[in-house]
Amino acid sequence: MKVGLWRIAHARSGDKADRADIGLFAYDAETYAVLKREVTRERLAAHFAGMGIGAVDLWPLDNILALKIVLNAALQGGAARSLRMDNLGKNVAAQLLRMEIEAPAGLPRLR
Amino acid sequence: MKSIRIGAGLGFYGDSWQPVKASIERGGVQYIASDHLSELTLAILQKDRQRDPSAGYARDGVPMLAELWPLAAKHGVKFILNAGGLNPQGAREALAKAFHAKGWKASIATVTGDSVLERMDELRAAGEALTHMDSGADISGVRDRMLFANAYLGAQPIAEALAKGADIVLTGRVADAALTLGPLAHEFGWRWDDWDRLAAGLTLGHLLECSGQGSGGNFGSSGEWAKIPDYAHLGYPIAEVSEDGRALFTKAPGTGGRVSFDTIRQQLLYEVHDPHAYFSPDVVLDMGALKFDDEGGDRVRVSGASGAPRPATLKVVAGYHDGWMGTGMIGFAWPEAYAKCAKSAEIIQALVKERGWKVEDSNIEYIGYDSLLGANADPRHRDELNECFLRMTVRTQDKRVADAFGRLFPWLGLSGPPYVGTMKGIQPAKELLGIWPTLVARERVESKVNIELEQAG
Repeated sequence: MKVGLWRIAHARSGDKADRADIGLFAYDAETYAVLKREVTRERLAAHFAGMGIGAVDLWPLDNILALKIVLNAALQGGAARSLRMDNLGKNVAAQLLRMEIEAPAGLPRLR
Repeated sequence: MKSIRIGAGLGFYGDSWQPVKASIERGGVQYIASDHLSELTLAILQKDRQRDPSAGYARDGVPMLAELWPLAAKHGVKFILNAGGLNPQGAREALAKAFHAKGWKASIATVTGDSVLERMDELRAAGEALTHMDSGADISGVRDRMLFANAYLGAQPIAEALAKGADIVLTGRVADAALTLGPLAHEFGWRWDDWDRLAAGLTLGHLLECSGQGSGGNFGSSGEWAKIPDYAHLGYPIAEVSEDGRALFTKAPGTGGRVSFDTIRQQLLYEVHDPHAYFSPDVVLDMGALKFDDEGGDRVRVSGASGAPRPATLKVVAGYHDGWMGTGMIGFAWPEAYAKCAKSAEIIQALVKERGWKVEDSNIEYIGYDSLLGANADPRHRDELNECFLRMTVRTQDKRVADAFGRLFPWLGLSGPPYVGTMKGIQPAKELLGIWPTLVARERVESKVNIELEQAG
């Protein structure tokens, strides 16, 4: 079934120069395995296409059930140059939590 | 076994220092590591310095210490703070003056040498290309517009200042986590090539450097954020560190917030790129084997940091003038709140065009609809909004255009769409700064680092 990430994961984002970065965290190991499979660089690039971003980097961290995501060239040149309300990219994580992925209905947070 | 307790101070310029009191009174800390700087902060301090050459430091350092020092002195707590910003000498003078006026005595160390703005041509002549470390762009296109350039210094000068007997260490740009790693290396006598211990100190410094974000603040989630207890009295995090680098991460008893596996792993990855190579001036951290054991009761055991040798270069962040931003806002109530904002944007665009103003880029956002979620806003809500504000911004090289842009909007109140909510006041032109991250051979910076110790009071 289609599940919004907000139901099964938590996330925080920040900025460095022109990069926005996101930590995406599963609440449990079962969900982490699903995130690792479904949240790919390709899916991320498509989800953030409207921001006009550059390349996406992605690292899984099994020890803390997390995915580290970096969106390059994402902040109009950086916080001190950006014209956006969210010049610091603090809400990029909220945008990510709106992504829908294919997940089994039996995941702990969905039971 | 000896252990050292370090508490978080501020997490940004403008943060509250009230929670630091609980860490000193009830948290058993020996040090407070207070981070006043970010990439954006340096841009703000540069604007201050342009207006007044004696400014350019974080102005919250002095009032923070003026309020906390009697408590800190009573409990034998030392402060490490980077509030020196672009002008550590100026910050020290202001602090010494405040201490003198109160009749307090303290040994204040100032760390300088991070600024390389005045040395850029010398560095280039010596073979430092100073190319943009992300894009690889050549610096010559922006060299004449550089307004500040500061290297991230490491923990060594902080440890040295403490060894000299400093009660307060005031720095300019140092790596945020160095504010914690410095006192740890000093207390435990860690060798500067003991990579795993240094990596442990870097991890803890990184967990502390954003104050409340390390103890349940800004817990990015749906629903779970509402379960964080007592935000109003949120305690800043505290690390109790052993000689081997293992630590207990916690906060003062009786404070709000939460220290847990969930809250601290959010902070661990905050503003990190490759988690297997998190660079600092002192060590390169691999987070891949870190272990967080949540004991409950706001206690998490941290272990497993793995370090690789420090880089041969230091990171420099420079800022250059990159035009001006003009901002205008106007809001509307139902009915058709969004449509009226969109119509207003159309009208403003027409006026800008008729006037022949040169605008390089512009942004249209609808506050209440998409100003924070951007293209991921749900369009199903768009036409049913109770109210909506239009925010338009432009980037231009002409400051007069940036100033005039905001003044186009009030007229819409009587001559545009109905049921208007104006913003109070017109926003003046704002200077925009491009950020230029680059690398420089560390010895060229470190040879100029200076530690000065002064008895205040």
